Amino acid sequence: MSKIFERMQKRQFTRKQKSKLEVAMIYLILAVMFLIIFYPLFWAFAISMNTTSNLFTASLSPANWSLDNYVWLFTNPRSDYLQWYRNTLFVSTIVTVVTTLLVSFTAYAFSRYRFRGRTYGLYAFLLLQMFPVLMAMVALFILLNTIGLIDNLWGLILIYIGGNIPMNAFLVKGYLDTLPKSLDESAKMDGAGHFRIFFQILLPLAKPILSVVALFNFMAPFMDFILPRIVLRSPENFTLALGLYNFVNAQFSNNFSRFAAGAVLIAIPIATVYLLLQKYLISGLAAGATKG
Amino acid sequence: MPTDKKNQKNKRPVNADLDHSPKKAMLLSVIPGMGQIYNKRRLKGALIFILFAAFTVMMFDFIASGLQGLITLGTEPRVDDSRVFLIEGILAIIFTVFYGVFYTFNLQDAKKEAQKIRDGWRPGGVMENFRNSWDAGFPYVLIGPGFILLIFVVILPLLFMAFMAFTNYNLYNAPPRNILQWVGFENFVRLVTIAEWRTTFFSVLSWTLTWTFVATTLSIGLAMFLAILTNDKRLKGTRIIRTILILPWAVPGFVTIIIFSALFNDNFGAINTDIIQPLFNTTIPWMSNVMWSRIAIIMIQVWLGFPYVYALFSGVLKGISDDWYEAADMDGATRWQKFKEITFPHLMFATGPILLTQYTFNFNNFNIIYLFNEGGPAVRGQNAGGTDILISWVYGLTFNNSQFSMAAAISLILGLIVATFAFFQFRRSRSFKEEGNY
Repeated sequence: MSKIFERMQKRQFTRKQKSKLEVAMIYLILAVMFLIIFYPLFWAFAISMNTTSNLFTASLSPANWSLDNYVWLFTNPRSDYLQWYRNTLFVSTIVTVVTTLLVSFTAYAFSRYRFRGRTYGLYAFLLLQMFPVLMAMVALFILLNTIGLIDNLWGLILIYIGGNIPMNAFLVKGYLDTLPKSLDESAKMDGAGHFRIFFQILLPLAKPILSVVALFNFMAPFMDFILPRIVLRSPENFTLALGLYNFVNAQFSNNFSRFAAGAVLIAIPIATVYLLLQKYLISGLAAGATKG
Repeated sequence: MPTDKKNQKNKRPVNADLDHSPKKAMLLSVIPGMGQIYNKRRLKGALIFILFAAFTVMMFDFIASGLQGLITLGTEPRVDDSRVFLIEGILAIIFTVFYGVFYTFNLQDAKKEAQKIRDGWRPGGVMENFRNSWDAGFPYVLIGPGFILLIFVVILPLLFMAFMAFTNYNLYNAPPRNILQWVGFENFVRLVTIAEWRTTFFSVLSWTLTWTFVATTLSIGLAMFLAILTNDKRLKGTRIIRTILILPWAVPGFVTIIIFSALFNDNFGAINTDIIQPLFNTTIPWMSNVMWSRIAIIMIQVWLGFPYVYALFSGVLKGISDDWYEAADMDGATRWQKFKEITFPHLMFATGPILLTQYTFNFNNFNIIYLFNEGGPAVRGQNAGGTDILISWVYGLTFNNSQFSMAAAISLILGLIVATFAFFQFRRSRSFKEEGNY
């Protein structure tokens, strides 16, 4: 009895069939994941294409899609959307350039030089990277209020740059540590100066991690709404995240399709940048991870 | 070692200047620069003297009045602004610390150089000296700009917050109308003795810890599961699959959270009207019931949080050599054994510290809590909402209730928790151990 049963089972599930079944299972699981990932995104996109700005009457069918909400964002005099986009790009660009530069300098010093106070510096950075700037929000709010930097994009930029340095410096330092020291030592023998070694030898090699750092810093102001909310007051100074949040905050269901339209326009460029740099991103992340 | 030292002593260098005393150089440097002049480095000595003199002249008044102001916090209401006094006091402390560090540097430099002179070293020409100090100072030049920014943007606010936790700054006692007083640990004592504060604090704390653990662990688990699935060699189109799985991270978080909070809305949210209502003929109070809000928030965070870890994991998995698995196959290892003995250790070894930052991130994940339903729903008998975590509670206290000192005290506790947790973990991580060897 049992022998027959065994033979039957063997015939039913040969190795090949079993493997095929497994692969099918994997695809099925992935399909469910894709559904869960795409559903909210598609839903938001569909809402953004609706003519009514009311969630109750909105429909998901593409039959009567229109670009009304997008047009409203760009042409309606009551819309500050373009200004917000400009503000955010301004903040993001400056933060990215300055942070990447400062961080690579700092990481270079910590990775390649043995100087007095280095260990203390590393400890300080390690400690500071654990405290998000947000933790001091009470203090930031009162500080900025007292010195009059509230409602000023430069105040926001300063906080972003300062807050970004410790963590990113650690990430880049970890990466630089993995590059062989013989490279810069031989360059030093050939008479290359400090800056030359940095810009011509280490920087090109550190490109993967630096692009990760740059990308993080560029995306952060698009995604962050809490610091802008603490710092900025008047709508013409808002960044995108804060502005859009205020859209839905005021009358949630009535403005939602406009919010969705604005959000789609943020998500597309960010996702594109991200996907273009994906290769660097994953290798950079993994490299940073192996060294902490 | 002792014999080595003896040999060195016997082989006295030709130029050795035995009369040149390091102690004397150090003592002379009590007036900065004098020791360096004694070491026959006149230009350097003069520069140091001028810098220190300038600093002392310019900063003395500021530091003295700053430190005094830090003690009194002002005397005349409406004229003196206690906040300004606090800031100036903290700046005075920072400057004093700097002064002390440079002063010690100056002493040690004089001593070290005198020692070198005694052992036969001669300072070279101006150009050579300049080049040497450029070499030695270069790392400081690199670090300087970032460090200064860090002091003003991160350290100053953190200190300000720490000091504020020991004052009585609230809606009814706010500068410039009133003068602040130092109240010692009163805020912390109130937090555990006054019933309303105590219940709020402990319920918020326990939810914060639960939230951190559950949301992060679930995202890591899902990420690991998916990374292992998509690492399967039989799969086609893995690049596209990976890209799609990473998509939730590419979309700005605040956008998706707001979308989700619309989807989960009790009345018109699509999850209730399109899924729950048709299937179970009921609706779930996602926004107005504490437990359901918590479940919704955790689910959303898993959606948001897994792609980052997934990207990390699939990068590591790609790097694991096939040899490991082939050897395991030869030994007849089961799938679970391969996972337990090869995959899992590899993943943890490579990403451990970064995974821990995921936990600290969620511990302070303000965005999702605030954007979903502003920490709500309200809970009877406490001044925080049902899904409020410590940091969103601090936000509420600051911006809605103007309980600034209390907010600062709680931030301080929050900071201590994060620091302790991270410190112990980082000490165990590899990179930290490596640093210890230098």
